[in-house]
Amino acid sequence: MKKIVILGAGTAGTMMLNKLHNILDKEEWELTIVDQYKTHYYQPGFLFIPFGIYKKQDVIKPKHDFFPSGVNVIYSKIDKVDGENNKVILDGGQVLNYDFLIIATGTQTRPEETPGLKEKLWYKDVFDFYTIEGALALHERFKDFEGGDLVMCIAEVPFKCPVAPLEFVFLAEAYFTKKGIRDKVNISFVTPMSGAFTKPVATKMLSELMSEKNINIIPDFYIERVDNDNKKLISYDEREVPFDILTIVPVNMGNDMVERSGLGDDMNFVRTDKFTLQSKDFDNIFVLGDAANIPTSKAGSVAHFAGEILTENLLSAIEGRPLNAKFDGHANCYIETGYGKGALIDFNYDTEPLPGTFPLPGIGPFGLLKNTKINHYGKILFRWIYWHMLLKGKELPIEANMTMAGKKKQNI
Amino acid sequence: MKELDIAGVTVKLDDEGYLVDSSQWNEDIAKGLAKESGLELTDKHLEVLKFLRDAFNAGETLTIRKVGKSGIVDIKTFYKLFPKGPLKLASKLGGLPKPTSCV
Repeated sequence: MKKIVILGAGTAGTMMLNKLHNILDKEEWELTIVDQYKTHYYQPGFLFIPFGIYKKQDVIKPKHDFFPSGVNVIYSKIDKVDGENNKVILDGGQVLNYDFLIIATGTQTRPEETPGLKEKLWYKDVFDFYTIEGALALHERFKDFEGGDLVMCIAEVPFKCPVAPLEFVFLAEAYFTKKGIRDKVNISFVTPMSGAFTKPVATKMLSELMSEKNINIIPDFYIERVDNDNKKLISYDEREVPFDILTIVPVNMGNDMVERSGLGDDMNFVRTDKFTLQSKDFDNIFVLGDAANIPTSKAGSVAHFAGEILTENLLSAIEGRPLNAKFDGHANCYIETGYGKGALIDFNYDTEPLPGTFPLPGIGPFGLLKNTKINHYGKILFRWIYWHMLLKGKELPIEANMTMAGKKKQNI
Repeated sequence: MKELDIAGVTVKLDDEGYLVDSSQWNEDIAKGLAKESGLELTDKHLEVLKFLRDAFNAGETLTIRKVGKSGIVDIKTFYKLFPKGPLKLASKLGGLPKPTSCV
């Protein structure tokens, strides 16, 4: 039996396991997946928890619900990959041999990278919403918040789901308006980037939306530390932002296993060919999802689109053919904007998010870079699609690579 | 697009002041560009610029964090040497394209 090992059973790994289980000959290939945790989190749902829209039970299911039968599942931490010898060493010393390896160990938040972040105010007035614990703690804090400075800060790029902090401030704006205390809550968006988003057309649209909603943008702010006593953020160039509640996207880094294996860049993201999704170090290692250092969003949609390309290239590699499928960095993200509306962006390595309709040119039903109710329903429906189709590796009616059909070019 | 005469060489700059042809870069051009931004370059500045150019030419993504880990300067010093947007300014003076965030 030939062996494929998948490291990580999050969105990317689980999806890949199902795809490969469906297409590979079961007499010939043995599939193994390794993850240290038994619970699968619907991470796009974390955003809604602080505002009481989703509860914990809405975002968790056992991982084993999504594994096909007849595959090996190992719940263990991973020590490292020995790429020279085609082996994975697990914590405790168990060795897994492989013919092909897929690394899908994702990205993790590292609050300890920012001095003062994980100190006495942590989960009292300082929160993340990228963990279930942080999202739930923030929900409790919001219940008795009577007003003051609410600061959303991005510590470092790249980070998972680049639109989530934007959605957070939009939802917070709507939440406190509904509570009748919006006039007492000052909302700021603090970012190391030069604006609301990285690309000009989307930044313009999102900045206008922020100013309409009276949310302050503080750009080019690179956080050095949190001053717990005076409740302030301090940047490397010694600017200060006071807060009553701080919500932060901590520094994101890849799994430490990647560093121990010598496969990563200085943020522990795996050095990956951005077109073929093959590791730059070993021909029989592929990388899917947030774990890769490819220059696109760290998001489930990217893992989904890239998964189709990876499948094609893995089949080519198995047969010793050249890797002809090329990933274009396609990402597709819903942006919740509050009041039952949402926006949608669709882009890749070369094309920034543009206005238009999606997925059908001229028809939609979704509007790109437009703030509409139907986009919001798309996001709400997506949870069902995620659990029932995406994780199970089923085909979705959207092309893996981005299309210009339905998009309008802009001059800025 | 504009042209600038620095140290006997004519260089083209894009609308935001970034060098169009990165291969034209040398220390004198860096000093000339710095003068345009009102900055006097020290050896430490040049050491950082060379580090960034080497990393860029090796295909790496440039980040402030990477400079902080370079052993040449810490992040605070990087901000002092190249005030406000250090990565943008250092890229400009290093003859590199404007850094883009790959979100």
